[in-house]
Amino acid sequence: MIGHLARKLGGALASLVFVVVLGFFLFRVIPGDPVVAMTRGRPVGSAQIADLRARLGLDKSLGEQFLDYLVNAARGDLGTSYVYNRPVADLIGERLWPTVLLVGTATALAVVVGLWLGIRGAWRRGSRFDRVSTGVALTQWAMPTFWLGMLLSMATGDLFPTGGMRYPDTPPDFLSQSLDVAHHMVLPVITMVAVVYAQYLLVMRSSLLEEMHADYLVTARAKGLRDDLVRRRHAVPNALLPTVTLVFLHLGLVVSGAITVETVFSWPGLGLLTYEALTGPDLPLLQGTFVVLAGAVITMNVLADLVYRVLDPRVRAA
Amino acid sequence: MTAIVWERRRAAAWATWREFASHRGGLVGLLGLGAIALLALLAPLLTDQTGLDVTRAPGRPFEPPSGEFWLGTDNTGRSVLLLTWWGTRVSLVVGLSATVLSVLIGTLVGVAAAHFGGWTSALLMRFTDFFLVLPSLVLAIALSTVLPRGLGTIVLAIGATSWPATARLVRAQTLAVEARPFIERAKALGGGHAHVIGKHVLPAVLPLVFVNTTLTVAGAIIAESTLSFLGLGDPTQISWGSMLHAANVHGAVSQRAWWFLVPPGLGVVLVVLAFTMCGRALETVLNPRLKGER
Repeated sequence: MIGHLARKLGGALASLVFVVVLGFFLFRVIPGDPVVAMTRGRPVGSAQIADLRARLGLDKSLGEQFLDYLVNAARGDLGTSYVYNRPVADLIGERLWPTVLLVGTATALAVVVGLWLGIRGAWRRGSRFDRVSTGVALTQWAMPTFWLGMLLSMATGDLFPTGGMRYPDTPPDFLSQSLDVAHHMVLPVITMVAVVYAQYLLVMRSSLLEEMHADYLVTARAKGLRDDLVRRRHAVPNALLPTVTLVFLHLGLVVSGAITVETVFSWPGLGLLTYEALTGPDLPLLQGTFVVLAGAVITMNVLADLVYRVLDPRVRAA
Repeated sequence: MTAIVWERRRAAAWATWREFASHRGGLVGLLGLGAIALLALLAPLLTDQTGLDVTRAPGRPFEPPSGEFWLGTDNTGRSVLLLTWWGTRVSLVVGLSATVLSVLIGTLVGVAAAHFGGWTSALLMRFTDFFLVLPSLVLAIALSTVLPRGLGTIVLAIGATSWPATARLVRAQTLAVEARPFIERAKALGGGHAHVIGKHVLPAVLPLVFVNTTLTVAGAIIAESTLSFLGLGDPTQISWGSMLHAANVHGAVSQRAWWFLVPPGLGVVLVVLAFTMCGRALETVLNPRLKGER
């Protein structure tokens, strides 16, 4: 167990370091000259270019730049944003919580809805309910997240705010502020849930279908347990295990969803920050969001693996 | 190749087709794809390309659907029907090219990781697992921001980020095939790496790769529309994603211009759904483990 833990953490650490290195490679090495990429299509003077080069540290050799970058990254310094003219780490820190709030709420709802529909569908496989819910899920899965978001905000009209996180004129007390944020969250959350739950539904459904003919279910029925007890106490807990891993493995998908949903609804989180960075293009900022988003997904995967070990006695013993 | 071998192959292909045709969803998907591909190919013959030119836009901005413009006009006064029709071409070409690239990388890595074993395998799998976990859209955004804008960049960005799932699948299948006695026989008879892989492993792996391809296309088309929606597409080309980008930037939502929003998105949904339905049907036919399920 300890050995496994050490191996997993070591692997995760290696992945994180690799993300940081990949960040350097993507934004410093591939573009050739980042300044050219950042000022493309804009009239800039040579003094401005020289200033930008000095600020980005491009006057040093690539090797020195790499060392500087690694040392700074290890200290939590991700450079300075070119558009905002502020430390990237500060900007990311400000934008982190709105994203956590949005993604957390949406994922929790999507898991509940997806698992519930998946369980019901699998238990009555081939029924009309199963066919309809699987069909709807596949259609939702085929939908670009941002398109659904735009349609929703057009269809609901003035019912919900279509951008931002709060109105400027809301009273500062906690209750009205929370209500205001919740009001702004309705459409983004619905959009994310609609696209993400399909994945959970399909995984849960097929995982429960695999358990359906297991001997222990026959035994449970033979004992005289009621149908929903067989489902709740015996089939579902076993089928949940692979689903838990997949929920975490698909977090990358949720992150993608966050980028487009936040762009459509101007939700002031990391996704919108990514969009702002790529429209600049503000390469230091984009590098920062890349490292943070990729790092977050890797960390969540390690957590998933640990949770899985705690949940599944078979893996624990192995 | 003797006639008997061809005879047997034809029979096998026919049996596969018969089984595929028995899945209604797969058949519907295939027909839909055929129709969409035909429309995309015939666009230059059936429509007038000059209508795509912004400087010669025939209508006023955001005109609702009418007899002249069946699906209204966009923010520059061009026909949305025409744009959507032509957008099919770019979306399909980018989706398919990116898939080819992704499946190629995935198959190479997967076969190599399973066939050579040892250090090569460990390293390749570590690499694959890393990219599997990495959020692919974030990486694709990074790639298409730093590279010059163009269709090639989009294809590269999608292809280079969507291969790990294929690699894992191919590796598993290659391992299963290589454990069988006829591979040992081929090696004992002096077959080299190229012979074993080309003659024995690939033919056994390809059906699964083919299934995986149809499912990858669906993902690639969504990825293309997402990247173009974010404004990372080729600014000189019209695709469904770039139409939705224009719709978002020019306030189609607040103008209630549903005719500008619905057609390109519906295009994505229909194509992705068609590929998914084909892929799921093919999966049940070609993957023996799934026979009799679903």
